[in-house]
Amino acid sequence: MMTAPQLSAPHERIRTGRMRHNAERWSWMFMRISGAILMLLIFTHLIVNLVLGEGVSQIDFAFVAGKWAAWYWQVADFLMLVLALIHGGNGMRLLINDYAHRTTTRKVLHSVLGVAVVAVIVLGSLVIWTFDPCPVDADPSLLPGFCASVAG
Amino acid sequence: MTATAEASTPAGEVPSFEVTLRIRRMNPEGTSEHGAGEEYWEEFRIQAHATDRVLDALHKVKWDVDGSLAFRRSCAHGVCGSDAMRINARNRLACKTLLKDLNPAKPILIEPIKGLPVEKDLIVDMEPFFASYREIMPFLMTSGPAPERERLQTPAERERYDDTTKCIMCAACTSACPVFWTDGQFFGPQAIVGAHRFIFDSRDEGQWDRLEILNDKAGVWKCRTAFNCTEACPRGIEVTKAISEVKKALNTGEI
Ligand code: SF4
Ligand code: FES
Repeated sequence: MMTAPQLSAPHERIRTGRMRHNAERWSWMFMRISGAILMLLIFTHLIVNLVLGEGVSQIDFAFVAGKWAAWYWQVADFLMLVLALIHGGNGMRLLINDYAHRTTTRKVLHSVLGVAVVAVIVLGSLVIWTFDPCPVDADPSLLPGFCASVAG
Repeated sequence: MTATAEASTPAGEVPSFEVTLRIRRMNPEGTSEHGAGEEYWEEFRIQAHATDRVLDALHKVKWDVDGSLAFRRSCAHGVCGSDAMRINARNRLACKTLLKDLNPAKPILIEPIKGLPVEKDLIVDMEPFFASYREIMPFLMTSGPAPERERLQTPAERERYDDTTKCIMCAACTSACPVFWTDGQFFGPQAIVGAHRFIFDSRDEGQWDRLEILNDKAGVWKCRTAFNCTEACPRGIEVTKAISEVKKALNTGEI
């Protein structure tokens, strides 16, 4: 007669990484919430940049500089940058978990991904927060209108 | 069927036709033409009736043409769940799939279910699948002394988990899941269906133990709502919905 298979203790099978309490649940939640916020931000971005006003042809240095002169556009773009990168990075992390079966491969890929995400967030934030809309030696015809008063 | 086709068939006779089965085969010991463990397609042309199912066609091949063809079946009536296989790239039970519903003019592709190691032809090793099921502790967990008579519950309480009691453990859902194909660590839809059946049973007290297991890295959060499982289930269980209910219980802390 066959004996019934033993019931193994829970968690025994999970070989990958430490068990962090609720970590995957928060990751899942973050993806839904950031996804919804991103939709809002991205569509606002697209409509303001490409549809309203003169459409695509309006985008030049002056247009971007004009937008970033306002703190709320800086905040909106910063939020879009951070959320998009963490959202995308987390998605990539899940894909790595799916396809990279060897622990070392997975660790290497996760580190590369982490470095890339942090680097882009840092560089992007620098651009947004240290942006100078009126560089000193620039051709005035390329600058936003309010630079004249700053220079003058 | 058109009226003319019916008229040309004498009363009481089931129309018959030729059908080609293209079967994915593998013999661990090898054959005269194929090496040990080599996977290959083999075609069989057989005479079938409009009332025949894929399982009948496989029987015809095994009994009349090639006795070495290996597949599982037991009840032949959609109850035991032994004969889940990939038929024309969809997971189905061979005993519940009529040939005439599959366009018999074209060869019918039959493969073993994906994501589990093939042992021979259409037979796969189901152990990883059953291991996941055992991990969610599929038995009634209670505290206190057992009552003298049955543990009662209201029809509404029974209704709550009715859908997931229908599971016959055929593995059609789990082996249709793209996450399970790439990551064998994932419990798979069936284990979550099995857990759902107990988590939402008012008589059971082990809900949180099971939910804790499914809150794991290999648990419900791996589900990407592809709906392949719901489409594959021969019992019509709303698998994706059951998984979502487990996620909701974990997110809200309420059952
Ligand atoms: S949920 Fe459906 S497809 Fe999955 S094992 Fe049970 S009966 Fe088969
Ligand atoms: S043989 Fe039992 S379900 Fe098909």
